[in-house]
Amino acid sequence: MANPANTASDATSQPARRHWLSVLAKAPAAALEEAWQALDDKPDYSPLRPAQTGLVMVRGRMGGSGDAFNLGEMTVSRCSVRTADGRIGHGYAAGRDKRHAELVALFDAVLQQPEAASRLHSGLIEPLAAEQRRRHGEKARESAATKVEFFTMVRGED
Amino acid sequence: MSLSIADGDLRPGFADPVLDGQRSFRAVLQAMSRPATVVPLAPFGDSPAGIRAAAAATVLTLVDFDTALWLDDAAAPAAAYFRFHCGCTIVAVPEQADFALIADPATMPPLAAFKDGDDDFPDRSATLILQVEAFADIGARYSGPGIEGTLAFSARPLPGDFVTQWRGNTALYPRGVDLILAGETALAALPRSSRMEG
Repeated sequence: MANPANTASDATSQPARRHWLSVLAKAPAAALEEAWQALDDKPDYSPLRPAQTGLVMVRGRMGGSGDAFNLGEMTVSRCSVRTADGRIGHGYAAGRDKRHAELVALFDAVLQQPEAASRLHSGLIEPLAAEQRRRHGEKARESAATKVEFFTMVRGED
Repeated sequence: MSLSIADGDLRPGFADPVLDGQRSFRAVLQAMSRPATVVPLAPFGDSPAGIRAAAAATVLTLVDFDTALWLDDAAAPAAAYFRFHCGCTIVAVPEQADFALIADPATMPPLAAFKDGDDDFPDRSATLILQVEAFADIGARYSGPGIEGTLAFSARPLPGDFVTQWRGNTALYPRGVDLILAGETALAALPRSSRMEG
């Protein structure tokens, strides 16, 4: 898909946005709902593209130099909203929870607002990211414990 | 897939993508099967600035990620809207377009500038969506499949030499472009099979 002109507000850098979208997409929907209800200055918004569920093809790469291949399809919900002050938020989340996608889109819109963003970063994004890192580390340790080393015996053929 | 950060004036498309899409598709189908007959299509809501509702609805209905869309200068500001809602590629030259939205037909490039398919695959031609202000049942008479006898039909604005251009287009049959003329609340079609009489 062609990438249209990037006209997001200058305060929003691409990597920062990518980070919070990633964290929000992986966060539990219930936690986002709670945080959204607790937000004091919820903006008015209208759906730009109402939440919908579809399939996306996940592509992989075999080894470092292999060609991309189609690994399989996964269910994804997406949503785009526009807030009353004209900010546009996009949300994508794995699964069929449309409200999750909508919440990601809403937070994406709010996070583009510099004042709200700093509060939300410390209050929501960073704790969620820390939790995700902790869980990822735990998983990594669990699987590391089951690691099996394969090696070939030297057969002394010299 | 890239996350597009589109411009701030982006407006919503179909409120109900399935039902609105089906409703518009039915209207386009009706118009195509009864050429030179005006088919009503109720506005779906918020079309982009400078684009009339039925014209926008036709593009939203027909264009998707598989098709390339060309916009004339008057329609160009709506590029972000169609790219977002249709997921289509916007092409810079008419020759590459599968669909074209022409907001100001009076200044449009000649019909011959668009893809007319080839004899083996006449379907690989372009469909042009012309935004018009009004339809009339006077003027040139058309005949062909879907028209009983002949039908007088015209729309405005159209290019000044439309009569010559349309005769040239129908002479290419089975190649040639198809036209959908769309206004605010109605649309009509002139497929390549509709010949101008006289």
